[in-house]
Amino acid sequence: MESELAGRSEEEAAAAAMEAQTDVDLLKRAWRNEKAAPEILQFEAGLVQRAREQIQLLEETVEEFTENRSDDLVIPLYQMDLDRALFLLRSYLRIRLQKIEKYMVHISKTNLWNRLSEQEQRFAKRCIDIMEKHLDQSVLSRLPYGYQSMLKQSISSEEDDMVPEPQLNTFVFCKTKSNVGAFQLDDMGEEIVDLVADDLYVLRYKSMKGLVDGGRIDLV
Amino acid sequence: MAGQSDPHISIFTPAEVEFLAEDELVEIVPNIRMDALNMICGDFGPFFPQISTKVPIWLAVALKKRGKCSVRPPEWMSVERLTHVLEAERESPREFQPLPFHYIELSKLLFEKAHDDIPDIYMVRSLIEDIRDVRFHKVEMGLEKISGRTHAVKLKNLSAMEVNIVRPFMVRALQAFYKHGSPEMIQQPESTVSRTQVLDRGPRRDLRPR
Repeated sequence: MESELAGRSEEEAAAAAMEAQTDVDLLKRAWRNEKAAPEILQFEAGLVQRAREQIQLLEETVEEFTENRSDDLVIPLYQMDLDRALFLLRSYLRIRLQKIEKYMVHISKTNLWNRLSEQEQRFAKRCIDIMEKHLDQSVLSRLPYGYQSMLKQSISSEEDDMVPEPQLNTFVFCKTKSNVGAFQLDDMGEEIVDLVADDLYVLRYKSMKGLVDGGRIDLV
Repeated sequence: MAGQSDPHISIFTPAEVEFLAEDELVEIVPNIRMDALNMICGDFGPFFPQISTKVPIWLAVALKKRGKCSVRPPEWMSVERLTHVLEAERESPREFQPLPFHYIELSKLLFEKAHDDIPDIYMVRSLIEDIRDVRFHKVEMGLEKISGRTHAVKLKNLSAMEVNIVRPFMVRALQAFYKHGSPEMIQQPESTVSRTQVLDRGPRRDLRPR
């Protein structure tokens, strides 16, 4: 019983240490990663929700302050903090929307779909609908039979080769948070890189995206 | 660096890099009394006259603009330290000296908004410019070494702004080398022989972004 309690308080201490990173720090990290990554990343639902709540609270507080006190100094400072947080949140959501618009069909056909929030999924569905109708009406219906698909160049294509995919073989700049050690970059075990803590590397995204997902490396 | 023909999602503008740098903490000496600020990005203060405290640089600049504080230049921004860094940079052609990740943005902000708080500002400014030049020259030399056998690049101690400047060129160079050195491309001739009616069955073409 005692050891159980002790164990739990250790976990709580570790969790508290993690929380010491503010939501703004986490949002910054999510924004940077999303901006630098070629494909869409997992939606940070919890973080976005908390950020929204905090922003709303601060908005209300600032409104209250402006009505009740004529404090010329403090209000603009809180307003700046608010603006900064809003910028991060909006930019984060916008980059994701940009990626969805660019790769909507690809996302809908793979398990990338699960990385979207509910609202993003609704957005994506509507985008695809609209795009399909538009392409059909303006071009596809007038093409010869066999070439009318939005997804395939022609019916003799084996795969959906008209669907743009994110370029996972691009290179990204990244910073390690802790020692990762020897890391294998390619399938054949020929390229191994020793990743030391807090160093800056340029790596192929495809080889290291697992590390990004696991939070062990940050894109810069 | 070469201009981008299409706006790519993963480009950070210099303004965005500066935005990230603005959260770095600097020491200020307030000349007023103010209650603690409980902000979304953290809690700062309370503020007492002549008692130094640390705040993010965006906040420091805002207070300084309103004449409510003076800014203490960070330790690394002294003539002595920077001279030492510059010498070390010149003596080690393949290494970058450790400098704060946002040293360029921080120094620019402080020069612009708190120039009266920096002793020997002209000397400091000139040293930082020289350091930037030497470092960037090293970056350029390093770029020449990228080849088909480069599968990763290590840029220890490079700073945020320098990364951002070199990013577009380096990414495209590495990508091009990877694409043309990839074993998939070499296998292509075999697969096109049997399919005469379908074009380009090699690696996926990059479709032009809309």
